[in-house]
Amino acid sequence: MSKTLKFLGAVGTTMFAALPAFAQEAVEKAADGPIKAPTAEQMAGMVDKGDTTWMLISSALVLLMSVPALALFYGGLVRTKNMLSLLMQVFMIVSIAALVWVSWGYSLAFTSGTPFIGGFSKLFLQGVDATTVAATFSNNVYIPEYAFVAFQMTFACITPALIVGAFAERIKFTPLMLFVVAWLTIVYFPIAHMVWYWAGPDFLVDAPTDTGYLWGMGALDFAGGTVVHINAGIAGLVGCIMIGKRVGYGKEATPPHSLTMTMIGASLLWVGWFGFNAGSNLEANGLAALAFLNTFVATAAAAVAWCLIEQFHHGKPSLLGAVTGAVAGLVAITPASGFASPMTSILLGFAASGICYIFVAYVKNKLKYDDTLDVFGVHCVGGIVGAIATAIVADPALGGQGWLDYTVFPAVAGEYDMAGQMVTQIKAVVLTLLWSGIGSAILFFILDKIIGLRPTEDAEREGLDLTEHGERAYNY
Amino acid sequence: MHCTTIALKNHWGVCMKYIIAIIKPHKLDPVREALTALGVSGMTVTEVKGFGRQKGQTEIYRGAEYATNMVPKVKIEVACASDQAPAVIEAIQHAAETGAIGDGKIFEFELAGALRIRTGDTNETAL
Repeated sequence: MSKTLKFLGAVGTTMFAALPAFAQEAVEKAADGPIKAPTAEQMAGMVDKGDTTWMLISSALVLLMSVPALALFYGGLVRTKNMLSLLMQVFMIVSIAALVWVSWGYSLAFTSGTPFIGGFSKLFLQGVDATTVAATFSNNVYIPEYAFVAFQMTFACITPALIVGAFAERIKFTPLMLFVVAWLTIVYFPIAHMVWYWAGPDFLVDAPTDTGYLWGMGALDFAGGTVVHINAGIAGLVGCIMIGKRVGYGKEATPPHSLTMTMIGASLLWVGWFGFNAGSNLEANGLAALAFLNTFVATAAAAVAWCLIEQFHHGKPSLLGAVTGAVAGLVAITPASGFASPMTSILLGFAASGICYIFVAYVKNKLKYDDTLDVFGVHCVGGIVGAIATAIVADPALGGQGWLDYTVFPAVAGEYDMAGQMVTQIKAVVLTLLWSGIGSAILFFILDKIIGLRPTEDAEREGLDLTEHGERAYNY
Repeated sequence: MHCTTIALKNHWGVCMKYIIAIIKPHKLDPVREALTALGVSGMTVTEVKGFGRQKGQTEIYRGAEYATNMVPKVKIEVACASDQAPAVIEAIQHAAETGAIGDGKIFEFELAGALRIRTGDTNETAL
């Protein structure tokens, strides 16, 4: 096959329109193999309008998860004087991350380069146009590359926004924005590349080593347990330890200022998460519906579990507990959403809730780190539970989907080895923890030395709304 | 001597009381109804926090317990003629009573004068 074609396939996308010379050969091979150089007619049948529609809707749903869902979920949990700062941080992180993504993020994450990071061939989206396409998980099925760029962009937007909850109420705005740009570049894009980049179902056989490091190892992460949640969760933990505790932590009461906002935010997160998980299937088919249903029931199970634990532990089920459990369930099902069955998803939701509860209610207080909004306890711990449990629930013997061997056409189910898969999952978790933990520590250290991360004590007492933004969230 | 109070300016005998009651928030409506039935034509209500013999409550957020010493209450302020004061106080007491600790307190003050801003009416006429 042509070098050009191989290169293009290897980056996970193929410029069909640019390759008319191969058309005739492709038609002849269409029946018995992947269509690597389709005609315009074949392409029309390979890019489905339903898939495209679903991906665009999913992208909008994942944006909904950041603004307003995450902003309200976090904002409701801080004190009134810091509400606006959380809204502003999340809103601007999303805006900045979107610009970074189309400038160099997409290229670094989803083009061929080393196993650890992509190349510069699609900087500023060069080479991407309305006719280029991105691979899905099915042979000879593609989606418009712009839809893929937009969908993945929303993931790059929400991940750094998740981090801010760990050091909410005590970070200056400008260094935080600089941190986000740097963190995306040296932590998020490499991890996304390692976990999600591969040559695509029709080209893997020609380029079996052209994958991200963790993808090549066989790590399963359907919608971002490692890339999004463990990644952000450990960065948050490192940040909250390096920045230090809030003034008055442990002495002054810091109850949430509006659990109404938090409930609205958590509920919108749940809705948006259908785009996050079911959208990660990249096609509108039965597996997307499976991911959708798994996302629904795992979350419900986790909410119920958290309330039951509180009922036994404190005698009262709390709204904050219910929504925290729900988010823990959403996080945990994320890597497993396309692999588990609905019944194993429920068990995963129960387990995630219990383990996250231990971290949120006990471990944090015992170790005395001030993870303001439990980014570590919910996202990192929930992500680890989900990533490791994926090895169990993906087992076809338990009704899971297993993994597909794309080295033959059409792809067939690979032989499933639960113990081996679990080792692989643990390796992926550890690599993500180390990469993001160390990378984040370096960035926080440098930014703290250069411009300082923390506002003055007086500013912190007055609240970041006025001192950082000159506004109040509420004027009444 | 320059007169500074409404009472002195009008040379009227002062026969009014100012009553402040701190009650449980959910007892506001019964108290308002009881006072309206007595012919009390106005009151001022404020949401307040405070503590007395009633212990505060414990709030738990994700396992973090906060003891809140200050309990939410409602403060009612009523001005009335002195001869009406015992009936007003009794009405508030009956309407606000639950029998549990934390029902609140009623304070009675002498009121030196009153003036309705719109008409200039003073003292009992202004109530």
